[in-house]
Amino acid sequence: MKIPYYPGCTLNTVAKGFDTSARESAILLGFELKELNQWNCCGATFPLTPDNVMGLTAPTKVLSNARKEGDTVTTLCSVCYNVLKRTNKVIRDDKEKRAIVNGFIEEEYDGSLNVIHFLEVLRDRIGFDNVKSAVKRPLKGVKAGAYYGCMLLRPFEDMGIDNAEAPTIFEDLLKALGCEPVEFPNKIECCGAHLAMGNEDVVTKLSGNVLSSAKNKGAEIIVTSCPLCQYNLEKSQQRLAEGSGNTQMPILYFTQLLGLALGQDEGSLGLEKNLFDVRPLLNGRKI
Amino acid sequence: MLIKLGKENLHSEFVELIERVSGEELANCYQCGNCTGGCPVSFAMDFGPREIIRLLQLGQEDAVKNSNSMWLCVGCLQCYCRCPKGVSAAKILEALRQLSLRKGESHEEIKEVPLPFLKNAPQQAIVCGFRKFVS
Repeated sequence: MKIPYYPGCTLNTVAKGFDTSARESAILLGFELKELNQWNCCGATFPLTPDNVMGLTAPTKVLSNARKEGDTVTTLCSVCYNVLKRTNKVIRDDKEKRAIVNGFIEEEYDGSLNVIHFLEVLRDRIGFDNVKSAVKRPLKGVKAGAYYGCMLLRPFEDMGIDNAEAPTIFEDLLKALGCEPVEFPNKIECCGAHLAMGNEDVVTKLSGNVLSSAKNKGAEIIVTSCPLCQYNLEKSQQRLAEGSGNTQMPILYFTQLLGLALGQDEGSLGLEKNLFDVRPLLNGRKI
Repeated sequence: MLIKLGKENLHSEFVELIERVSGEELANCYQCGNCTGGCPVSFAMDFGPREIIRLLQLGQEDAVKNSNSMWLCVGCLQCYCRCPKGVSAAKILEALRQLSLRKGESHEEIKEVPLPFLKNAPQQAIVCGFRKFVS
């Protein structure tokens, strides 16, 4: 099985490990993430004001190109997923905007693509039971906090991947990998997102709340599907820990954990790029 | 805060513009405050989302324009998800931000963004930041 795959700009650069660990995991699970022949940045933000049609052009271009390669496209980054899925709905349902955007980008896209997240591929097409059967290195007893953030879930009527207030898709995957998922109050709260540009203090506070909320419930690692959440959590943890000597939690992409459990070659996991290395924890547990 | 109420500000062009750009009807909000309760950045705002909507309902253009709230909203949509009336404070704050940016006034100057941030931050943060803060 081949699934057309949109990496997005960040996975092609600073979050390379997110990309390579997912591609390798897919192979170990018996399918292939086939990168789109042509793609561009999705714009990294869905235009919230309905009169901002210009903000829809970049993601529509992505969708239009993807439609030429099949009826489905999958992506890993929560923001790409949010922008593409919401834009797809607008183009499908709003004829006036569809005509304006298509006229501008010189395409004839109709919104007929199915935009799915890699987590949905694992849950709905592979099945978490089959993921569990493929695990070679169970991450037994590793207490992992599943951090959803905002973009994967909200708004529910557009995203629909899981319950927007009490999601479990991440925890279900973690259980399949042998981890002990840790429930924590801030799992769907914002990390500070783009305020990283120019408002570091607010990001440190918001991400700090996520970190302490997970830590207080016993999490040893945090798992995410968004490169900006990963960056904000890592950087905030680093800023908060300066001089305090606190132990620090590794912040991983869920595909890195998946790859580890599937016995993936470490070279493609990109663990060395994470600010806080998970390997000492695993070695200490003899995993 | 002393506010002046009258026909001219209750039905001002500015308020109508906000409603048109955001696609939201301000009168739908009955001020329960769920938005501010769920807002992760309200602690740093001059006026939380509920207060911004109230000020707009009362036509208080200057207070809204001069507050820092629109630049702090991260668009996480927690306000909208928890609103019993389906009002999106995030859209209203986005409309305020858009109106400011569309006048050609940037909130952040590109040349002042620190180099280490540009080198290390995920591209999505830079793209998104430019879209939200730069005219």
